[in-house]
Amino acid sequence: MSETVRKKGAIGYILLAPALLWLVLFFLIPFYSLVATSLFNADGSDFRGYTVVYEWSNYTNAIKEYYPQILRSLKYGAIATFLCLILGYILAYAIAFKSGRWKNLMLVLVIAPFFTSFLVRTLSWKLILADDGVVVNTLQFLHILGANGHLLYTPFAVVMGLTYNFLPFMVLPLFASIDKIDYRLIEASNDLYANPVVGFFKVTWPLSLPGVVSGTLLTFIPAVGDYINDQLLGNTQTRMIGNTIQSLFTEANDYPAASALSVILMLMIVALVVGYVKRAGTEDLL
Amino acid sequence: MSHLAEHTEAPAEGIATGGLELRGLTKEFATFTAVDNLDLDVPSGSFFALLGPSGCGKTTTLRMVAGLETPTAGTIRLGERDITNDKPYRRPVNTVFQNYALFPHLDIFENVAFGPRRRKTGNVDAEVNAMLELVELGNQARKKPAQLSGGQQQRVALARALINKPEVLLLDEPLGALDLKLRRQMQIELKRIQDEVDTTFIHVTHDQEEAMTMADTIAVMNAGLIEQMGAPDELYENPRTTFVANFLGQSNLISGTIRGRDGDMTSVDMQGIAVTVPQERTHAAGDRGWVGIRPEKVLIGHEGEALDAPGNTIPGGVVTDVSFVGVSTQYLVRMAWGQELQVFEQNTGRRRLFRPGDQVELSWRPVYAFLLDHDQAAAAGAQLESV
Amino acid sequence: MRWLRSHLVLILGLLVLVYTFIPIAIVVMMSFNQLPSEQSKIYKWNSFTFNNWLHPCADPSMCQALGRSVEIGLLATFAATVLGTLAAFALVRHQFVGRSSTNVLIFLPMAAPEIVMGSSLLALFVATGFAGQLGFGTILIAHIMFCLSFVVVTVRSRLAGLSDTLEQAAMDLYATPNQTFWRVTFPLVFPGILGAALLSFSLSFDDFIITNLNAGTTTTFPMYVWGVSRKTIPMQINVVGTVMLIISVVIVVGGEVRSRRRMRALADPHEVRADSVVAAAGARSSAGALDAV
Repeated sequence: MSETVRKKGAIGYILLAPALLWLVLFFLIPFYSLVATSLFNADGSDFRGYTVVYEWSNYTNAIKEYYPQILRSLKYGAIATFLCLILGYILAYAIAFKSGRWKNLMLVLVIAPFFTSFLVRTLSWKLILADDGVVVNTLQFLHILGANGHLLYTPFAVVMGLTYNFLPFMVLPLFASIDKIDYRLIEASNDLYANPVVGFFKVTWPLSLPGVVSGTLLTFIPAVGDYINDQLLGNTQTRMIGNTIQSLFTEANDYPAASALSVILMLMIVALVVGYVKRAGTEDLL
Repeated sequence: MSHLAEHTEAPAEGIATGGLELRGLTKEFATFTAVDNLDLDVPSGSFFALLGPSGCGKTTTLRMVAGLETPTAGTIRLGERDITNDKPYRRPVNTVFQNYALFPHLDIFENVAFGPRRRKTGNVDAEVNAMLELVELGNQARKKPAQLSGGQQQRVALARALINKPEVLLLDEPLGALDLKLRRQMQIELKRIQDEVDTTFIHVTHDQEEAMTMADTIAVMNAGLIEQMGAPDELYENPRTTFVANFLGQSNLISGTIRGRDGDMTSVDMQGIAVTVPQERTHAAGDRGWVGIRPEKVLIGHEGEALDAPGNTIPGGVVTDVSFVGVSTQYLVRMAWGQELQVFEQNTGRRRLFRPGDQVELSWRPVYAFLLDHDQAAAAGAQLESV
Repeated sequence: MRWLRSHLVLILGLLVLVYTFIPIAIVVMMSFNQLPSEQSKIYKWNSFTFNNWLHPCADPSMCQALGRSVEIGLLATFAATVLGTLAAFALVRHQFVGRSSTNVLIFLPMAAPEIVMGSSLLALFVATGFAGQLGFGTILIAHIMFCLSFVVVTVRSRLAGLSDTLEQAAMDLYATPNQTFWRVTFPLVFPGILGAALLSFSLSFDDFIITNLNAGTTTTFPMYVWGVSRKTIPMQINVVGTVMLIISVVIVVGGEVRSRRRMRALADPHEVRADSVVAAAGARSSAGALDAV
């Protein structure tokens, strides 16, 4: 009969406080620092205060100079997300409906590879896509790839790495959503003369949309900001926004520009999340 | 409240209850009132049923007695003690929950031992073993709840509550999740156990057959109020409101005008036919009423056939529906004034069944009829299906 | 052909699964690889050896980095799990103002790009004058920060699934609120807390981007791998990768086996026989009727 009635009083705040404080201190405020570094006089600090100089030029310069990387990141991210969606949907669907009593085992198998170190397994791709490796040789044999064709250190390799590494972020939300679909709905659609393809588009796909949306968000966002895959598997032409920010911070020490780029990246993400939240509300986020 | 509902009268002086006493108990939620100024006396040691449809407030009342819900107003007394504001863990009251609420991470033994361990009473192990024997689950002691069947879980829930020797045991529709045969067996079992432990049982249910089978006293609840309270047969044979008449079993309610009250009978002009109703079964004020008669009390026969009910014959009926139910046959008969009456006839084999279209006349013995106030809705309490 | 069609999705699914395993298989394989020479930069199979497994710390800086990662992982896990669990309880069980904002604040670190979180933390440390003290402490701070959200989400979902009827039953059975929490609520939430801790540890252990920006001169295992990725790559990193894989698979499969074993007990043959015999005898006297249940 009763649904949980939440307890009133101060204790809720007390329980919440440490975690929230930590996030405010080390997530929100740093972000402010980031914005401040990008907009204000970078010689300032939180102690001495910033000279409030709205250096919009940091932003315009950053965009002017680095828009190829920004666009490239969005492109690679989108392609990788799309590939993840296809592969992930097949996998999630297969596990949800076609795996019978092996369902839990298959779920474990999906997650297990990703307990190996991210970097170590990305290195494996170096081997897989190597010039004298099985894959390249086979593709050359099939004349899909030219005799001098490379896979490694190309955009293809970067996207491949991105797709591989972010696949679980797509599969798990997708699975959660698809698993909730009552299979009898699909059977009902078949009973009502829909062939499997039509049944898929009219029944399964719409019902799985929440999972598709959250999987897409959780994949696209980190993919766009990633730089490891590019660094290990790409070349100087494939530099993404992540690499740029990273090198601006650590090599060029150009904090204003780096911060400006970070803020731009974050704003793009926030726009996406806000769009999602407007449709679905915040309770579904967690 | 738009319909007439009677509050239970406080018991006559001199009857010691020592049992549960609810006075003016009210529970208001933001959007509606679940329990409205309830007065109730539950005699100590009785099997008491709180019967009513979903949403009538019976579960809320139970939870207030258990302490899981705080009353908006009113008092709850147990014997001499006012427990209205006591926390649940301070009341000598235990509950058997609807879905049993067995602790999944503890085995059966620990589930049953939970209460005694918290109270640090006597020899916990021996008591638990004895209780498990009582409910015949002695050899399942080390299993987890998930490993038991529904019926077994039910018995664990019961054992877990009874072991604390509460003054009142509350049961919140405990048999709802069991299948029919099992439910019947458990009804008998619960009655037996209640007899043995001589504790007051308060059983909340929406199943009127269950209430009538098990309880010594039934209180019929509707929309936060008690419509009528009494022994099962009393409620059944002499309902005081249309709600009770329709909720317990089924009733035919026929509109009529009261002509007079002389002696111990009330005369009523019922659709042009003169009928009488015993005075003690007359619960109508004013000059109009519903004449009530249970379908199994109605006699049906061919036009002109001699029936065993002199004086109360209603001719001009046509059979419109026949349902053979094995034990009995249920007829729907359309009368001259357009109303369809229900007639249940036991299949004694004495004569052949009627068929739709047959002309019949109905009759009943006046002592079985009752008269209800015309202001009440004729359909109050009628349920769509039975059991 | 028909068999192919009806099992098409399953086959495709399995193919995708194989795809996810190939790089892992390579990691395991390469842990047994012997590089042609000390200085070889080519990442390629050469010959089989147990050497890497026998001498895992051939490069002492790798083991040092590994130790660092484990240390940080344990500390960050502890802190994030405690803080996150408290917050999860607040979210599920208590009323407070600003629920929407809190939800968003907790969600953002999971969705924000690591580069942004890492660089903003760096910006903070620089701005507050800690630029020269980047190291263990700053890494720890960062790790706790991004693990918190995951802990909250995991524990919250477990807690939300717990019916409060059980706690009511406990109070009905004379347990004070304190006793109710420790004897009923906590044991039932614990698997969620444990899962959150494991998740937290693996996130912390494997983090690179944020760590790299805030590490100063300290090195963690992922940073070590990054460092050697442009030079000679010691195959021992694959040993570490394989060990991590084995440990996590054992933990997850172990949990799975335990719950399967419990499921099997439900279908105990002895139980089944007793029930059916007794069901047949159901129509007897009330004393015997109880046996039928």
